[in-house]
Amino acid sequence: MFAYYGRLALKSLASTPGLTALMVLAIGLGIGVCVTILTVYHGVSSNPLWWKNDRVYSVTMDDWDPEGPAYPERPHLPPPQMTYMDATYLAASDVPLRKVIMYPVNGVVSGGADAGRAFKTRTRITTGDFFEMFDVPFQYGAGWTAEADAGAQNVIVLSRALNARLFGGASGVGQTIRWNDREFRVIGVLGEWHPLPRFYDMNTGPFNDPEDAYIPWGWGRVLAQLTSGTLRCWNTAEATDNFEQVAASSCTWIQMWVELPDARTRERMQTVLDGYWSQQHAAGRFQRPRNNRLTNVEQWLRDQEVVQDDNRMLVRLAFAFLVVCLINTAGLLLAKFLNGAPASGIRRALGASRAQIFIQHIVEAGILAAGGCIVGLMLSAAGLWGLRALYANSTETGSGYAGFAYVDSATLVWALVLTVVTTFLAGGYPAWRIGRVPPTVYLKSQ
Amino acid sequence: MLKMTRVSKVFRTDTVETHALRDFSIEVSAGEFVAVTGPSGSGKTTFLNVAGLLEPLDSGVYELANTDVSRLSDNARSRLRNEKIGFIFQSFNLITTLDIYDNVDVPLRYRRMSSAERHKRVSGALELVGLSARMKHLPSQLSGGQQQRAAIARALVGEPVLVLADEPTGNLDSLMARQIMDLLAEINRSGTTIVLVTHDAELARRSQRNVHIVDGQLADADVGAGSTPTQVAQPSSPSAAA
Repeated sequence: MFAYYGRLALKSLASTPGLTALMVLAIGLGIGVCVTILTVYHGVSSNPLWWKNDRVYSVTMDDWDPEGPAYPERPHLPPPQMTYMDATYLAASDVPLRKVIMYPVNGVVSGGADAGRAFKTRTRITTGDFFEMFDVPFQYGAGWTAEADAGAQNVIVLSRALNARLFGGASGVGQTIRWNDREFRVIGVLGEWHPLPRFYDMNTGPFNDPEDAYIPWGWGRVLAQLTSGTLRCWNTAEATDNFEQVAASSCTWIQMWVELPDARTRERMQTVLDGYWSQQHAAGRFQRPRNNRLTNVEQWLRDQEVVQDDNRMLVRLAFAFLVVCLINTAGLLLAKFLNGAPASGIRRALGASRAQIFIQHIVEAGILAAGGCIVGLMLSAAGLWGLRALYANSTETGSGYAGFAYVDSATLVWALVLTVVTTFLAGGYPAWRIGRVPPTVYLKSQ
Repeated sequence: MLKMTRVSKVFRTDTVETHALRDFSIEVSAGEFVAVTGPSGSGKTTFLNVAGLLEPLDSGVYELANTDVSRLSDNARSRLRNEKIGFIFQSFNLITTLDIYDNVDVPLRYRRMSSAERHKRVSGALELVGLSARMKHLPSQLSGGQQQRAAIARALVGEPVLVLADEPTGNLDSLMARQIMDLLAEINRSGTTIVLVTHDAELARRSQRNVHIVDGQLADADVGAGSTPTQVAQPSSPSAAA
């Protein structure tokens, strides 16, 4: 029966090509704008490590100024980063399955095919659990062990892009490169990995690409190199002229994450944090109210307000625009259906029920919406391409938008959902109206 | 076949109340050919619409093929219309965007029927009315007489027990009208009950029985030229027959 209704719908739509084109365009515009905005919103607000949402936690403690919170606009939250001494102490705990303490630095790399030229490379100094905890894919080789962290071994992991630049795409594993005038042996090359937002360190922009090089945690102290990210200090009385002074200060600059496989381990880790807080509080530190947090990625993204009010407003406006398009389409559809009311009257006389007339017309609205969906997807693809072009070189967002400003499976799902919604919103009332028209009204006037 | 007892139908607007049928009673036997005549506005078409289950009645009892259909849901009335009743209209009421084959096919589309069975029935109906060669034509490509024959094929394709015809020759010239009446008579001879609404006294005389409606009530009943005494059913309501 649906094939029959489909055939009738196509015939009906083909009989009014101008009107059909207008309605498809109206729906297409609405869906196109909506899908574009939703795709971006989805990219901005999604949890890139959703499958570990109940395992991976950010660790934060409020060791900020007793006189006020770290961020007055978010007074209930502790600073998003830890001090060096707190992070290193807590990272020694054997409660978490995995633990990561880290910070970004700038490095200068040379080697491989491009040996003659050194270039600046964003680098992350981190403990070796980083790769397994965040499920970072490897194209070649692997990460390092805890021994490499402790002994500051000369090993390095490269991003796929940096490996391609240095070794032309061939595996660089086993090769030696120079990083800040020291030799490092390449032990791993990452696969494609673009967690968006870059949840593990959003201080330098949540939509930046991950770093291009990774070296063991122990190198931080050896190199005495401070972070290239955010260093926030509240105690102006403290000296912060060099690495050791900063490491001993109350400045926050270390990101800390732990992997806790179950609720019991999480409770134990919370006890560790609280115990440490009590100890430090008694010793004169941590003078603010106790606020020790283990925060999963989803909550972390909310707390850090990655999705701004502007984004939400944009989504509302996009839906409002879709509704305007649908109201227009519904009006046109109503006129079209009422124009065909005599034929519906005949069908009713010949045995079609109201429901069958409704379904016949809702199928027509569905086909129209499907046409609008295709046009909308094309417009959306163009819109996302425009966004990529617009933000490609933006320093504010980095190249992050390029990571999700594509027509992907989420975009298609949005389009499909909107098509179904469109069918019923734009076509529902006209189809219902036409089903309610008494057949006798039109039988005499044919 | 068709029995109405004290049926009333009132159309209301904010200011006007029109009694289209008042205590209307009639009985039509299976296989009868009944002509319904009456002046304009007398209630002929309302009777036909109520009989065809296109309009619900306000009061009274309507039995179709020994089933009380007075208070059925819209779905049930639609199903009965589809399975038991065939309609022939003055203005043919063919769907202009469908060819003749698809027009005749419409009633069968609302039944669970295989494509092969539908094809067999549609072809048979078109052959019966002599339009097999025109099945791919649009209604606008046919003459008035051919369009009405297509409409008759559509009315018969579902093998209804009752055919309701509303001024079926009203838009045709006299030659075409005679051909259509011949066709209806032939259909009636095959056993199908026909109720024909007409202004034309000559056409009415070709029926077996002629009933006259005035002001929504049955005024009188005559035996038509084609009747036999056993086929004539008297109005069931004394008031309507008066």
